[in-house]
This record gives sequence, C-alpha cells and structure tokens, in this order.
Amino acid sequence: MTELLEFFDFNYALEILPVLLEGLWVTVQVSVAGFALAAVLGLLMALARRSENSWLSEPVGALVEFVRSTPLLVQLFFLFYVLPRYGLRLPPFIVGTVALGLHYGTYASEVYRAGIDAIGRGQWEAARALNFSTGYTWTGIILPQAIPPMIPALGNYLIAMFKESAQLAAITVPELLFTGQVLGARNFRYLVPITMVGALYFAISYPSSLIVRQLEARYARAT
Amino acid sequence: MQERPEQATAPIVRFQEVTKAFGDLVVLRELDFDVAPAEKVCIIGPSGSGKTTILRVLMTLEKPNAGVIWVDGEPLWHKQTKDGALVPADEKHLRKVRGNIGMVFQHFNLFPHMTAIRNVYEAPVHVLGQPKEKAVARAQSLLDKVGLADKYEQFPSQLSGGQKQRVAIARALAMQPKVMLFDEVTSALDPELVGEVLGVIRELALEGEMAMLLVTHEMGFAREVSDRVVFFDKGQIVEQGPPEQIFSNPQNPRTQQFLGATLRH
Repeated sequence: MTELLEFFDFNYALEILPVLLEGLWVTVQVSVAGFALAAVLGLLMALARRSENSWLSEPVGALVEFVRSTPLLVQLFFLFYVLPRYGLRLPPFIVGTVALGLHYGTYASEVYRAGIDAIGRGQWEAARALNFSTGYTWTGIILPQAIPPMIPALGNYLIAMFKESAQLAAITVPELLFTGQVLGARNFRYLVPITMVGALYFAISYPSSLIVRQLEARYARAT
Repeated sequence: MQERPEQATAPIVRFQEVTKAFGDLVVLRELDFDVAPAEKVCIIGPSGSGKTTILRVLMTLEKPNAGVIWVDGEPLWHKQTKDGALVPADEKHLRKVRGNIGMVFQHFNLFPHMTAIRNVYEAPVHVLGQPKEKAVARAQSLLDKVGLADKYEQFPSQLSGGQKQRVAIARALAMQPKVMLFDEVTSALDPELVGEVLGVIRELALEGEMAMLLVTHEMGFAREVSDRVVFFDKGQIVEQGPPEQIFSNPQNPRTQQFLGATLRH
C-alpha cells in the first residue's frame, strides 16, 4: 500500500481532475447523443425488418447483421478516415456519435424486435377488430406495451456504450480516455491519469448498473 | 344441405362460395351462408371444423382464398368497379366495411396498459372521432350495463376473467356494430364465471337490433338465445334450422352423432 501511495501522486491527481472532468463531460454527451440516436435508429430498423416489403426488410436486415458483425473501432476508422476521401468531412464528435448510434442501434433493434414479438397476436387482432389505423396500432397499442419491459436491456446497452465510447479516443474525440492519454503523454506519467480515468468510468457505470438492476426487478414483478 | 330459410330483407352478412385453406387444410369449403339483420345465429360443431374461421374472415383477421363476403350490401374483401366487377379491396375499403362488425374474443384481448373504461372509449375517440367527454359518458353507461359500474378505473390485470370478458363486450359495443361476433367467449373462463358473461349476451340478444353470430360450446345457451343454429363440420354447413329442430330432431347423422356425444358429456 505504501509503495502504491509513493507511486500514486495525489497532488498530481487533484491537479488534473478538472481537465479529466471536462473529458468525462464529453464522454457523457457523446453517450447520451449516441444512445438517443441508437434508440431511434433501432426502432426504425426493427420496424423496417418487420416490413412486408422485402425491398425494405432485406437490405436493412443485411445492414444490421453487417454492423453487428464488425468491430466498432473499424467502423470509426472507416467513417473518420475513408469518408473524407469522398468529400464527407465531419467533426470527430459527430462521427463518434453516428458510429455509436449506428452500432448500438443494431443491438437496440434486436431488443425492440424481441419486445415487439412478445406482444401476443390477440392485441393485434383486437386493434384490427376495433378498426384502429396501422399507425395508431403501433403508437397506441403495441409500443406502449412493448417498450417498458425493454428498458432494462436498453439501459444495459447505454452503460456498455458509455464504456465503449473510450474507443472514440482513436479518432481524437476529446473524451475521457483521450484526455487521460494526452495528460500521460505530456509528462510521460501514465499511472495517475489512466487510473483516474478508470475510476471515473467506474463512478458512473456502477451506480447506473444498480439503477438498471432495480428497473429489472420492477419489470420482473410487473409481468 | 338444407335450404336456407326464406329471408324477407336483404342479408346483413352473405358468404358466397367462400373458401379458406391453411396449406392443405381446407377449413371453409365453398361456404354459402347468410345472416339476416338482427338475426341471432349460433354455430356449433366439432373442434377444428372451421367455425371460428367463419368469424375470423368476417372480422378480416384471415383472408379468404376464394369467394365473396358481403356486409350490408357491400363486398368486404373486394371493391366494386363501375361496371360491377370485383377487385381486391385496399386497406381504406377494408376499414370502412369492417366498421360494421365487432368481435369478442375467447381470450378477451383487452389492452393491458389501459383502464377498463379507456379500453372502452379508446376506439370511439381515435377511430370514430367522438369527443372524449361523449365517448367516456357512453363507456360509463356500457360498463354499467354489463354490471361493472364500480370497475371503471381498474386495469385488466385487476379483474377476473368474467369481468374482463364483460369489459371486452362493452368495448365492442361502443363501436356500435351492426354485426357482433362472439368467438367461444366463455371457453377460457372458470365454470363459475361463465354465467355472468352469458347473462350479458342473453340481454343483448333480447334487445334485438344487432345481428349476432356466436361460435359456442354452450348448447343450452345456444338453444335459448338463437333464432337459428348452424351445425358446421369439415368446412361446410351440415345442417341448420331453428334451435328446437336441431337439438330435438336433428336430421343428419353427423349432427345426431355430435349432439349425442355433447349431451352425454
């Protein structure tokens, strides 16, 4: 312990904390924006895959499988280094948000799909017997039942995305890990900044996972 | 097959050579079948004979493979062109004609995220465009009518099976259909709850105006409420007539055998 304390310079840790918190703020922003995008894209992809029109369902299905089967880091590099060659040059933060949203959107679409499939045929039939429009059947009958039980699964993906957003350091998004790396490189002292980075991820992830666990228990009781 | 009874008025429902098959299994075989306005018809027959499919193609839950179904003078699954030819209907036409029909399901199919009263007023507000206050007032009187005046704000999970089914009946009535379909509505109920649901349907039958088409295994009930009983087997009507005739003096050996087996139970 004393050995560690010798290595770990608390004064230095306090000194860099404000800078790291700025990085954490970027991480939180990109996670929230990426997740909002994933939640919307996931729903659209799930609906498209259910479409009776195979010109829509099959390409979207192929896209989902492709994105799920390739690493996020490769997708980030592709969007960041390859697209500008074709004239599409976007700021790192936007590229990171889009990549996270797309990548996690495909996972979310599977959650939506399972949640929608869990709604019994009888609900669809009752909606039709009462002559509800297709749109209202979705927004008024099916999704209000399907979405609440999905919240824990989506919450777990939000936490996973929060941690994986560290990969955005590779495309120079000034998020938490990137900030730690810059600090480390500046003084050739990596132990303190990287330890702090890990601690800050933990400080957000762990309480969040406790909240998700509570939600899980609540929905398990409700059903 | 027997002659259809003479009908003075145009039928509210007419099946013309309707065929429905699931793969190789033919469940409706060129079915011809009429229902008069306000007529109460019970359909009886062995399980898997296609009785429920009659209701389901009428509710547009299943699409027939061939034949034409008419509802109040309009083709259900088809549109009529100017020269009278029938072409497949679009969703708009289906919605218009479907509005004449209501259905009560074996498993209730209430919306679990809505209170009893919202289950009843939701469709009048969103489908018929009724003002909410009016729809709520009517929903209240319908729930009162089915004996659930104290259950407006309960969710389906807080109700017994018999209460759920009575909410489902009120929900279907709120759309003021000309034809109401009852698909084995007591089959999923505990025996002690069957009576309260049949009681409500019996009252509706006595009120009269609405045509009712009931698939049921409750033979005593069928005998009591129906103007006509149809014995259905293997996709076709085997025998039909007034309840006294079908139950007391069935002519067809298959009817005799089925009723014999049912009554011995």
